Amino acid sequence: MTLDPNTFLAIVAMAVATALTRLAGAFFIRYISIGEGTREALDAIPPAVLMSVIAPTAFATGWAETIACGVTALVATRLPLLACVAIGVVTVVALRSAGL
Amino acid sequence: MNSENQFLLGTRAMLPIIVAAIPIGLVFGAVAAANGLSPLEVTLMSALVFAGGAQFVAMDIWTHPASWTGLGLAALLVNVRHVLMGASLGPRLAAFSPWQKYLGLLIMADENWAMSEARARTAPLTPSYYAGMSIPFYLNWVLASFIGAVLGAFLGDPAVIGLDFAFPAVFIVLVAGFWKGPSTGLVLMASAAAAILVHRYVEGAWYIAAGAAAGLAVALLAGRFGKTVPAE
Repeated sequence: MTLDPNTFLAIVAMAVATALTRLAGAFFIRYISIGEGTREALDAIPPAVLMSVIAPTAFATGWAETIACGVTALVATRLPLLACVAIGVVTVVALRSAGL
Repeated sequence: MNSENQFLLGTRAMLPIIVAAIPIGLVFGAVAAANGLSPLEVTLMSALVFAGGAQFVAMDIWTHPASWTGLGLAALLVNVRHVLMGASLGPRLAAFSPWQKYLGLLIMADENWAMSEARARTAPLTPSYYAGMSIPFYLNWVLASFIGAVLGAFLGDPAVIGLDFAFPAVFIVLVAGFWKGPSTGLVLMASAAAAILVHRYVEGAWYIAAGAAAGLAVALLAGRFGKTVPAE
């Protein structure tokens, strides 16, 4: 159980940087008057962030991932979360073992 | 409904995501151990940083001795999306006292944030519900990465059993829940296009910030355009 001083400093730097990003948005939004346009823009943030995180997997990794993402999106409107994730994971494993 | 029920409701909603995070945490711990971090250092990083994406990026660019400036900057870059997420979630936290709000935000990650946004569309988000989602999720991540660091090389490649796909799948299901019509489609297309383009040509994690900004820009433009049309 060692703790290297350089490693500890790096962890603290990462923690401080991350904490700042977590607090900044909620802090600054209090000073912006939320009209209808702002509300609509804020509502677009969740899908925009999530799409950005998954886009490289969905469209730039391989056919197995792209197809599995499509299958997951198709079942997402009808089935609960866990079932959709299971279907997505099984699909990607099947397609990868098929050589895609 | 009392706060104990709210806490349990939150935990139950989060449970599939907590389960899906276990292998990711184990893999992070193993990767970090392979990079020469001790179990104590791995656990400290997961507990203090608590941001899977930034932690994996840190392992990609880890040096000996560790560079606090490079790693701090990388964490800032990967996590700059939190600013937008907090701006969106902040107004939903009206029922939180100031310390509940800022303590809650300090453990806001993609997963509990997205589940909070989803919850807030159907019911007021209470501090107990948020805690019920976030505290088990947080402890699970710290514990899984500690175990991963101890087990280290005994763990195999998560891609073999498809577990690397668990989180993309979770996020796809959550995206589907935010669908509000064609305007959402425009936002998604702009975000995907910008993210893929930047991911392809720019080193590092800029693609997430670029995709989020592109989606936000399209939403702002669509809002302005949508308002001028009925006036004509």
